[in-house]
Amino acid sequence: MSAEVAKLFAVAITIALGVIAPSIAIGNIGAKAMESLGRNPEAESAIRTTMILAIAFAEAVAIYALVVSLILKFT
Amino acid sequence: MRESPHISIKPEQIYDLFGFSITNSYFAALIVIILFFFLAIYYSFQIKKTNKTNFFYFIHFTIRAIYNFFQNVVTDRIALLFPLLGALFFYILLLNWFGLLPGVGSILIREEYHFVPLLRGNTTDLNTTLALALTAFVSIQYYGMRDLGITRYLTKFFNFTNPISFFTGLLEVVSEFSKVLSFSFRLFGNIFAGEVLLVIIAFLMPILASFPFLLLETFVGLVQAIVFSMLTAVFILNATAKSH
Repeated sequence: MSAEVAKLFAVAITIALGVIAPSIAIGNIGAKAMESLGRNPEAESAIRTTMILAIAFAEAVAIYALVVSLILKFT
Repeated sequence: MRESPHISIKPEQIYDLFGFSITNSYFAALIVIILFFFLAIYYSFQIKKTNKTNFFYFIHFTIRAIYNFFQNVVTDRIALLFPLLGALFFYILLLNWFGLLPGVGSILIREEYHFVPLLRGNTTDLNTTLALALTAFVSIQYYGMRDLGITRYLTKFFNFTNPISFFTGLLEVVSEFSKVLSFSFRLFGNIFAGEVLLVIIAFLMPILASFPFLLLETFVGLVQAIVFSMLTAVFILNATAKSH
């Protein structure tokens, strides 16, 4: 395997493995938010803001993987 | 082999002012700052007049919406914190959306023997996001020390009463510094990934295909501005909370 091919594999594997956990987490957060919205529809604004915050935290992990793979690809 | 699209992870220099390199993202930030300045002047000039323009009411409506939004988060401390949070929100929003305008990234100028874009969205530059993250970090520490007192605030991190609280204090220090990293990488990663996505889509299919992605990126820019300023608000609230 040449260095160029190894680099491409590294990029693909980094982003592919890096988004697994955040996607599960975001799905869970959305599901739980829907559930609590169904139980308590008056708390919609509070649920929305905390949901977006939690999604941003979970998404940050995927973004780290993305930044690493972008750096690998374009430098 | 076809020519690949031009993607660079760091901003390129477009002018050298006595050893201080003016990069393309810095130039875009200057334009946004001047725009922001004149908007603010216009708003404060119009607010004293009796016959106000429609544009004034538009700005007023936006600011009110953001004010109410933050009021839900920080409740009675809104008058103290809104200058910081609102400025962060509007500055990041304008920077993000400025990067999506046509011409940004596509107007090229000649720099010695290659072409570089004249403008580049400023939040796709890690220096800017790091500076914004440091601003947020310093203001979090400042408000924490102001509300709790310096010694009480520092006992959150350096507590020698028993071994367990000593180690949790060390973890707190690490998590405090990782805030800077996560703030700057979140903003940079989201906006830069959007920019790369738009370039790749426009490269694969030059007409019409990038339109839905432009809408998506507009939304992402708004969400990232909200997330950045709201995380600052939440961390300030955490820092000023009485520890127990």
